[in-house]
Amino acid sequence: MNPNYLDFEQPIAELEAKIRELQLMDDDQGLDIDEEIERLRNKSMDLTRSIFSNLGAWQVNQLARHPQRPYLADYLERVFTDFRELHGDRAFGDDPAIIGGMARLDGLPVMVIGQQKGRDTKEKIRRNFGMPRPEGYRKAKRLMELAEKFGLPVLTFIDTPGAYPGIDAEARGQSEAIARNLYVMAELETPIIVTVIGEGGSGGALAIGVGDHVMMLQYSTYSVISPEGCASILYKSAAKAPEAAESLGITAGRLKELGLVDEVIPEPCGGAHRDVPAMASSLKASLKKAVLAQIDRPTQALLERRYERLMSYGEYTER
Amino acid sequence: MSWLDKLIPSRIRTESTGKRGVPEGLWVKCDGCDAVLYREELRRNLEVCPKCGHHMRIAVRARLDAFLDPTGREELFTDISPVDMLKFRDQKKYRDRISASQKKTGEKDALVVMRGSTDGVPVIAAAFNFAFMGGSMGSVVGEKFVRAVEAAIQNRCALVVFTASGGARMQEALFSLMQMAKTSAALTRLSKKQLPFIVVLTDPTMGGVSASLAMLGDVQIAEPNALIGFAGPRVIEQTVRETLPEGFQRSEFLLEHGAIDMIVPRDELPQTVALLVANLQKKDLPRETNRAAP
Repeated sequence: MNPNYLDFEQPIAELEAKIRELQLMDDDQGLDIDEEIERLRNKSMDLTRSIFSNLGAWQVNQLARHPQRPYLADYLERVFTDFRELHGDRAFGDDPAIIGGMARLDGLPVMVIGQQKGRDTKEKIRRNFGMPRPEGYRKAKRLMELAEKFGLPVLTFIDTPGAYPGIDAEARGQSEAIARNLYVMAELETPIIVTVIGEGGSGGALAIGVGDHVMMLQYSTYSVISPEGCASILYKSAAKAPEAAESLGITAGRLKELGLVDEVIPEPCGGAHRDVPAMASSLKASLKKAVLAQIDRPTQALLERRYERLMSYGEYTER
Repeated sequence: MSWLDKLIPSRIRTESTGKRGVPEGLWVKCDGCDAVLYREELRRNLEVCPKCGHHMRIAVRARLDAFLDPTGREELFTDISPVDMLKFRDQKKYRDRISASQKKTGEKDALVVMRGSTDGVPVIAAAFNFAFMGGSMGSVVGEKFVRAVEAAIQNRCALVVFTASGGARMQEALFSLMQMAKTSAALTRLSKKQLPFIVVLTDPTMGGVSASLAMLGDVQIAEPNALIGFAGPRVIEQTVRETLPEGFQRSEFLLEHGAIDMIVPRDELPQTVALLVANLQKKDLPRETNRAAP
């Protein structure tokens, strides 16, 4: 099994391996098999399109966690210019699981905040797999308030399995840190644009996820609990995670239907990691459009609209 | 039935399942000190062990009954009921879980809101019902909480919430996560009107409820020895692969770490809350605490 491909992508991996084999033969023996290679390439594209046109929630969940999926740092250099990172919560420490700083979006100064997973083992550990501690959320809050003070739009990027469930995190008030951010974001006097770029893991995601326009990349997920967590509680078996994923409706398309997400940004064929530059450029286009739509609203109207959106969440009857 | 029971002819078989001797529920054992307590006495003592002071969980209506003054009470927003908009099903359908909980508790969902006064001070009181699907917060709890905030604004009085919840209601998926944002946002309006929000954390207060409205009080009170935290102890143990320290995530631990203002025993809650609210609203001290010291 090719580790660069997920289980449901293995037929594509096999075709790609065949293509590579033929290319090597071509080099070695000078035989003309270009036509065959071209045929296989087309076949591979068609196969990718057909597999990806019909993904289940669990498969999307695997893509959202793909080890090669672009993280915030990969977009920082492609979407923005002049990014300067700002560190620390001014009370306890600096949490590498959350990156924050100022940058320019096509010349416009903005505040960028988001979780960062690590690419290699060493960085994964340093960034705690993108699971923030309270000081991470408090850094995010500090930077949001800085942006508010100087009127910069806040762009947040969600990519976390969840807030870190650790002894130290609990002792320093993980709950309070998340709750405080929800409160502050509800009345922050500057536009907030939220984009889920990978995993949207529960309260740890929402803690930077209250805003005026919420977008999701096509193969990202957003959920109140991980499919594994839900399965082990409600189905009494973590192996039922694929079923739980389906029930929870964690995909961008489903959440857009339900009115909980405003925009789905399409990904390149095969997922964001197959063509990062293309993904970055469509992300940038959507961000620009979203900022421009919010930036001219008078503050009071902006806050009123945000509040009404929050109040509209939920389904119940009165009888 | 064991294989041995099956061998005995039914005529001479005695029912081993029906308990004999002491009628069910007349006596209970204290979780704290193992003392055997008379059920009625425990109820009169607000489910607090008279021997060791251990606070057991108290039913939602008994809680509000003990907290609010007997006269001038009114329950609010009783019509709001849950719907299964996602047709969620795990081992059971969500609709069936709702019906079963409604039947068991006689409540529509997991939050009860009342207008009244405590020790003479007018308040809106909202209390989570842990017996209803673990006090989980879905759309109904979120909406009722928001309306409780609005009622406090309308009545120009404080809002007091008693939390007891496992967190967000999974069966409402992302709708339940959004209740965290919704309830927290509503509290910004209460603050703008300078009306106090008092949180009483009771056992247990976890997950999405703890990471939203439960930690946003102007004053944070906890009952003794309540489990309060974001992640559950089992999840933490599995993550860090260590045994958790004694008393971890209990009220006393939170007080020590600066997360709450005070720990107050159940029977002292009315006087304490009344005093806090009267101070914050710059009103005369309530009648109970106004008495001269003996």
